[in-house]
Amino acid sequence: MQVAVYDSNVYLGKPNILFLMSETLPRNNIFKVIGASSLGTLIEWYDFYIFGSLAVIIGHQLFPEDAGASALINTLAIFAAGFIVRPFGALVFGRLGDLIGRKYTFLLTLVLMGGSTFFIGLIPSYKSIGYAAPILVLILRLIQGLALGGEYGGAATYVAEHAPKNKRGFFTSWIQTTATLGLFLSLGIIVITKNILGAETFGSWGWRIPFLLSIVLVVVSIYIRMKMHESPLFSKLKAEGNVSKNPLKESFSNKANFKMVLLALFGATMGQGVIWYTGQFYAQSFLENTCKLDFNDSRYILLWGIAFATPFFVVFGAWSDKVGRKWIMLSGMLLGILFYRPIYQIFLDDTDYTKTEQTDILSAVPAPVTSVLIANSTDSLRTASTKVTLKNGASFNRVQTDTVSATKGILVGKEVIKDKVLPRPVFWKFIGLIFFQILLVTMVYGPIAAFLVELFPTKIRYTSMSLPYHIGNGVFGGLVPFIATLIASFSGATPLSGLWYPIGIAALSLLIGTIYLSNKRDENIND
Amino acid sequence: MNTLKKFLGLVWMVLGPLTMTFLFIQAVEKVGLTHTDIERTNTILQWAIILFIFLPISLGLMIFGFYAWKGEYDHLPESSEEL
Repeated sequence: MQVAVYDSNVYLGKPNILFLMSETLPRNNIFKVIGASSLGTLIEWYDFYIFGSLAVIIGHQLFPEDAGASALINTLAIFAAGFIVRPFGALVFGRLGDLIGRKYTFLLTLVLMGGSTFFIGLIPSYKSIGYAAPILVLILRLIQGLALGGEYGGAATYVAEHAPKNKRGFFTSWIQTTATLGLFLSLGIIVITKNILGAETFGSWGWRIPFLLSIVLVVVSIYIRMKMHESPLFSKLKAEGNVSKNPLKESFSNKANFKMVLLALFGATMGQGVIWYTGQFYAQSFLENTCKLDFNDSRYILLWGIAFATPFFVVFGAWSDKVGRKWIMLSGMLLGILFYRPIYQIFLDDTDYTKTEQTDILSAVPAPVTSVLIANSTDSLRTASTKVTLKNGASFNRVQTDTVSATKGILVGKEVIKDKVLPRPVFWKFIGLIFFQILLVTMVYGPIAAFLVELFPTKIRYTSMSLPYHIGNGVFGGLVPFIATLIASFSGATPLSGLWYPIGIAALSLLIGTIYLSNKRDENIND
Repeated sequence: MNTLKKFLGLVWMVLGPLTMTFLFIQAVEKVGLTHTDIERTNTILQWAIILFIFLPISLGLMIFGFYAWKGEYDHLPESSEEL
């Protein structure tokens, strides 16, 4: 079999292309290709996820103070909007990638993503410009979503088209690590920034720093990508004059191809998407908002879980080269369906301090009572807080907020226990449970780039693989925090009710994948 | 297996409109439960997003079911040349 390869300068150097009789590229060159592609993709994921990681703080900044829970849901809706437009980005930039090439297309997406992230960091709050604030953020968020929709398919295609046939899963799995590492980077930078500035300053303006920092990362990545070269398979296609004239039409009006797009979506990417976002995003949202864990604790747990599990992307990617992609991905879905509810029940049980016995308490230190006048009213909110430390090392804040009314007297509110810091054994147990969830992510996500690349021919690959990926991952997956939070807010719902959404979608995808998908790999992607 | 693929195709064809009907009923019910204008606007917005997204996906599921029913997935392409 022949594939196009470059001379020694090709990957980071001169543009001359040689079509040689080899299918194996020099190892250092393939790693340069992977490194340069992955860095840009990692930064795009970072840009995309800092918004999600800061959803609560941004909700306070962008919406009226009395918006309460709806502020969070609306922010998640803006967050979700970034996911919803990803398939459109896949179509727009996928088409460009199949027309003008992979390299220039994902350079463009990087610029759009970095610029939007930077400008989100500059947007004034609701207090300064009113509803213009959420509207501007929504517009920038949509641009981010479009850019990401174009980025991933390009990077995965680019790397796969450089990889030898028996190591496609292994090489593309490095691209697969970038989404999780982007999340890791975003969480890490947020935690560091908050700890340096302090919670109050961070909530006031410090949250902007992770957004503004993005511009530095993007400039570095653009510099590296400028030195990269076009994919050899696309270059060969171009040299032969076989580039698709209308990739969208060829991808979706050709029944043979369109049915594979549908199969990829319903049998694989849909389930993969919900597993990805439940294990990482929903888990963090659940620990912080439902279990009321301390800001740092909830993020440290996720950071450790990611750090331990990330190498498994490469493990499962490489393994899929040997045993096929299908059963590894579907096993990840099955384990998620079986274990999500027990895992989240443990999260709830182990953070329930409502039945704390007096004998368990080491100290209880009350903070000064504060009183805040309610806007446009003569009533005020009186907050009494007590910092409780337990003998096992756990601590939390017991907060009682009452309404002091001029006409009705004192209306006693509900006591809330929040800012929970876990005792060390429970902390590590939670890391183990998050690690397990991310391990499932690595099973469904590690092999999927190679799986999608092998499903479609070179001239429409960028377009065809991007769409099912971004509907599955972006729409089904990206909506997990939004829909699950919405379901859990229904009357009669329990805190675990939101899990029915990812479990139901994963079960449907598992069934379709098991029955309709083939475990055979298309070894020749050079057509 | 091919018979199972075909008959499940019918299930996917029915599941698409069923899902949309369920979501539409839920949307009407949840909007009806709101008490204030702000709540109503938020709920309408949230459900409009959900319906907007899942309408084309449900349509896709119906087409997928139709292809399955017609036997399009009885043999999957083993190389890109078959596409």
